[in-house]
Amino acid sequence: MTRHLLSCEDLTAEDAILILDTAKRLGELSTGPMRKLPTLRGRTVVNLFFEDSTRTRISFEAAAKRLSADVINFAAKGSSVEKGESLKDTAMTLEAMGADAVVIRHPASGAPYRLANAGWIGGSVINAGDGTHAHPTQALLDAYTMRDHLRGGTGDLQGLRVCIVGDILHSRVARSNVSLLTTLGADVTLVAPPTLLPIGVEEWPAKISYSLDDHLPETDALMMLRVQNERMNSAYFPSAREYSRRYGLTASRMSRMPEHSIVLHPGPINRGMEIASEVADSPRAVIIEQVRNGVITRMAVLYLLLGGSESGLGDLVDEEATA
Amino acid sequence: MTTWHIAGAQPLGGEPVDIVISDGIISAILPTGSTPATNSTLIEARGLIALPGLVDLHTHLREPGREDAETVESGCRAAALGGFTAVHAMANTDPVADSAGVVEQVWRLGQTAGLCDVHPVGAVTVGLQGERLAEIGAMADSAARVRIFSDDGHCVNDALLMRRALEYTKAFDGVVAQHAQEKRLTEGAQMHEGVVSSRLGLTGWPAVAEEAIIARDVLLAEHVDGRLHVCHVSTAGSVEIIRHAKARGVKVTAEVTPHHLMLTDDLVETYDPVYKVNPPLRTARDVVALRAALADGTIDAVATDHAPHPSESKDCEWAAASMGMLGLETALSVVIETMVNTGLMGWADVADRMSIRPARIGGLQGQGRPLAVGEPANLVLVDAGATWVVDPAAMASRSRNTPYRALTLPGRVVATIFRGRPTVLEGRLA
Repeated sequence: MTRHLLSCEDLTAEDAILILDTAKRLGELSTGPMRKLPTLRGRTVVNLFFEDSTRTRISFEAAAKRLSADVINFAAKGSSVEKGESLKDTAMTLEAMGADAVVIRHPASGAPYRLANAGWIGGSVINAGDGTHAHPTQALLDAYTMRDHLRGGTGDLQGLRVCIVGDILHSRVARSNVSLLTTLGADVTLVAPPTLLPIGVEEWPAKISYSLDDHLPETDALMMLRVQNERMNSAYFPSAREYSRRYGLTASRMSRMPEHSIVLHPGPINRGMEIASEVADSPRAVIIEQVRNGVITRMAVLYLLLGGSESGLGDLVDEEATA
Repeated sequence: MTTWHIAGAQPLGGEPVDIVISDGIISAILPTGSTPATNSTLIEARGLIALPGLVDLHTHLREPGREDAETVESGCRAAALGGFTAVHAMANTDPVADSAGVVEQVWRLGQTAGLCDVHPVGAVTVGLQGERLAEIGAMADSAARVRIFSDDGHCVNDALLMRRALEYTKAFDGVVAQHAQEKRLTEGAQMHEGVVSSRLGLTGWPAVAEEAIIARDVLLAEHVDGRLHVCHVSTAGSVEIIRHAKARGVKVTAEVTPHHLMLTDDLVETYDPVYKVNPPLRTARDVVALRAALADGTIDAVATDHAPHPSESKDCEWAAASMGMLGLETALSVVIETMVNTGLMGWADVADRMSIRPARIGGLQGQGRPLAVGEPANLVLVDAGATWVVDPAAMASRSRNTPYRALTLPGRVVATIFRGRPTVLEGRLA
């Protein structure tokens, strides 16, 4: 494993499978009698959030706390950042406070990369979403969820047919998923109106389509992305209604998908926009499971980046048993 | 006044000669090995190429307003070290150079520094706001004798204003230098729009946003028979539009920066803002087209777009960083690397694109002249065989934002002679 997790391009298939296997093991352990593991006792994890994201922040916080790390939450709102402090100065301040790992969410693409490589700090950097670039732990939890449902919870995702639908242009979730899923052997198709696909997307390791209906019968996992209503102001699509008619997942569209297929969404969902309520509430939607898997996947990332190994977990269990 | 005897220099890479300079002009060109007059100072130049002093059409000297990034004096030191004897100071200062008062201030600061000619560029519109014409005529008539007008950093988007500027400047043979950037197509733009931007998740600056404005502007220039100069051409498509317009006889000239001749958008993968520049670094295909266009003369000039920024404007995340790169001290080396050492251009072409044509575009007297008896003594001596490693800390500029950090580049400026007086000797400020 590398020292940082900045994007899914950093991960080999072996790395990714190690994280998923570790997450699985941690999931099993945390349902046992010892819900809180002592692994990262005395280590400090800083959640450095320059963007509002309660969901991702509490997921990382829960993950770090279940591994007994000390957690410092640093939200840009109400902090010195609003007074104009630079990312560099904020980072060096946190470093001086003894952060072993910095979990960063930032509106600027590449900010975690700069944090890790500009020589400002020495600890591990975990990207919790940067601009429209990457969100690697989201991709990991998505892969975990797909593997759990469609591959018996082991190995890679060879041959799995995944469709990602929506605002690909502005989506860090889509970028990270394309990278990780193809690393794990899945076949990815991106479905969006042409305005919401980036120029250059033809070089991505994914198929491109403008029609959701064409792909429903051959999809094992369908990932719906959040589409912001405001996008129509920049002429990406004429109206929310039209977007929803052409690209929204309705119950009738879902009925054309294979029996075993699942529906994912990184949340928060826009009911009635990209996903109908009856789909979101159906048993095929695994949106809540994604949230649960997010915690154990992030536990695995923290554990592995801060020096643990999967075999180390075995020792840990033995220790717990004899303690 | 001192007499200088330059021994054994090769004008435009030709046969070695001795060049004698006195009273600010080239007073004699003698066979090499001639005995220097007793009152003259010898400059040993065996093996060095002599070129007319370089002329930059596009320099940001930052003064007045951002003296933390550069001053006229520090910028002139960088210019002299880079082999320049004239620079054009861009108008986007604070206050903006949109009045006779400000351009005369910059002009005088240049005179005081005394290291090269500083020709202020005047703003096209008041405050670079793109709303109404600045007092272009007053700037032209001022002591600074402004001939180039540009809202650089901003595009004159309004077609009517652009038309009027192209018409109005005809009265004193001025030229409108356009920063071609369609506004709506580049909202929030961070880098060239293409495969790399799609992967990095950075908002794209599409080539068409440059090309669409150039296409419009050459048509406007043709319609009113005005003079258009296109700043920092960066795309293969722009080259084709300019080539086509020139073939029709449109009065259009164009410049390319050294960095667009050498660097490509994949460097942005480091997210290091030292590579953030406007227009952005393009693709390898664009670089090939720009080199070919400079070699065949479709692009008239190399212009540095020297854009100093203080460290805090670059030591940050990409989106927060300022756009721009240093250029004066590395321009000639980059041109040697990309154009001479590749066999695309000879030394006469280098002189043409870096001195003669830029001087003509700027309407300068006494710059960009041939190395001949009776001509003003503005020249540069270059050791073409030498190489050097770019060290930002060693630069004369007040800023450090060079994209060539730690690169080994060919060609060293050994001496720069400005109006008969060395500003640089043995590679150091004289």
